[in-house]
Amino acid sequence: MFRFLLIPFLLFPLLTFAVELRGTGDLGVVIERATGSILIIETTHKKIISKVEGLGDLSHASVVFSRDERFAYVFGRDGGLTKVDILESKIVNRIMQSGNSIGGAISQDGKIIAVSNYTPGGVKLFDSETLEQLAEIPAIYGEQNQTSKTVGLVDAPNQKFVTSVFEANEIWLIDAKESKNPKVQKFKNVGKLPYDALISNEGRYYIAGLFGEDGLALLDLWYPEQGVQKIVSTLKKEDEKLPIFKMPHLEGFGVAGDYIFVPAVGRHEILVIDKKTWQEIKRIPVSGQPIFIRVRPDQRQMWVNFALPNNEKVQVLDIETLQIIKTLEVGKAVLHLEFTPRGEEIWLSVRDENKLVVYNTETLLETATLPADKPSGIFLTVRAHYIGL
Amino acid sequence: MKIYCLIGLLLSILTIANAISPNREIELKNFLEQDCGSCHGMTLQGGLGTPLTPQALLDKSNDYLKTIILYGKPTTAMPAWKSLLTEQEVDFIIQMLRQGK
Repeated sequence: MFRFLLIPFLLFPLLTFAVELRGTGDLGVVIERATGSILIIETTHKKIISKVEGLGDLSHASVVFSRDERFAYVFGRDGGLTKVDILESKIVNRIMQSGNSIGGAISQDGKIIAVSNYTPGGVKLFDSETLEQLAEIPAIYGEQNQTSKTVGLVDAPNQKFVTSVFEANEIWLIDAKESKNPKVQKFKNVGKLPYDALISNEGRYYIAGLFGEDGLALLDLWYPEQGVQKIVSTLKKEDEKLPIFKMPHLEGFGVAGDYIFVPAVGRHEILVIDKKTWQEIKRIPVSGQPIFIRVRPDQRQMWVNFALPNNEKVQVLDIETLQIIKTLEVGKAVLHLEFTPRGEEIWLSVRDENKLVVYNTETLLETATLPADKPSGIFLTVRAHYIGL
Repeated sequence: MKIYCLIGLLLSILTIANAISPNREIELKNFLEQDCGSCHGMTLQGGLGTPLTPQALLDKSNDYLKTIILYGKPTTAMPAWKSLLTEQEVDFIIQMLRQGK
């Protein structure tokens, strides 16, 4: 009898712990690239909640979120695809889906995870609940059936994905409405070596940067029958390109109103493109070769980081005037930057100083520093509800 | 003959060791792991760039590797590092690659 009375008392602390409910809208994931671990962060109180280990080689990694913002899908360099429950800080599923991968995307309805692979090159589709493989699209091209790496994979409206096929000089539009039998529409000769791509915020324009030549390749997803068009390649400058110490990244975050901001490959410049005419409006000289260009959610500012040897700096630009407002000396090897959902703060990862730094975006002053082991990408759950992220 | 080779090797190792400060060596190790690792993978198994494991480099001479690192590989994403690394630093990096460090 006594024993039965004791049980509710013993359970009481457990129960109170279990009912501590919380949402995930102010959470995020930081990649610790050298240790194969991730940090789960909370941006309201600027703190690290937990560390999750055992995610393999994260030397190049990216993350997408389930649309309930509870699960993070982490794409690792070694081909690992890991599903992490960020509320419980644990791995719920992990598969090795290829030998070498570069990133991934989640479908419009949240049910399909697509992964972009280098070896063997191609795109694979997985069930987002079980990580069961649904389909494989090998990146085979040309008459000799060569294989290629795939890059710049994004989701697009109407259950589609778009990817660039690096060595093949192609862009592929993947219709995944029948997830086990996707249809692929191939656009050939889009330009030399498309290295990454972005999709504009409304999901209409897919733009791939070209590594092998000047300019960008544009696909209007409302009118794919019009094919891929080469843009801003006519205004080539005659000056010699600098060696490219790090591949720049293109992101939907680089779009503000009619402006699209992209890194000028091999130059210390940001290209400003007008979305109405697809003409280059301006080249803004900056302190290094831009890697990430991030527009603040209110679209009044953009922040940019740089490749070696200028990767200790971050520059803040005013979008109305296209002028630099401030150059910040943040620390050695600033790899990534991510705004809080409405942009009052920005989180930066400083790899070689093993820290995350938070700045207020109005005062441009540091508001917090948090320890992290060789941090790279920072991904907040707000990404769950944006097309192309 | 063998002994001369050995002395030569020791001397060259010594000159490399003399020329690069311990601090710079740490920086270069970090550089290899992190910055080369961005493209070649942190375990150097390859990525956008080719694998750089000792096994993968068996048929590549030091001169070849040095040329590629200093001057880059045209039509690929491999840049010329000569503005950031001295020749001696490149030798040190090749030495680390050979040892699989």
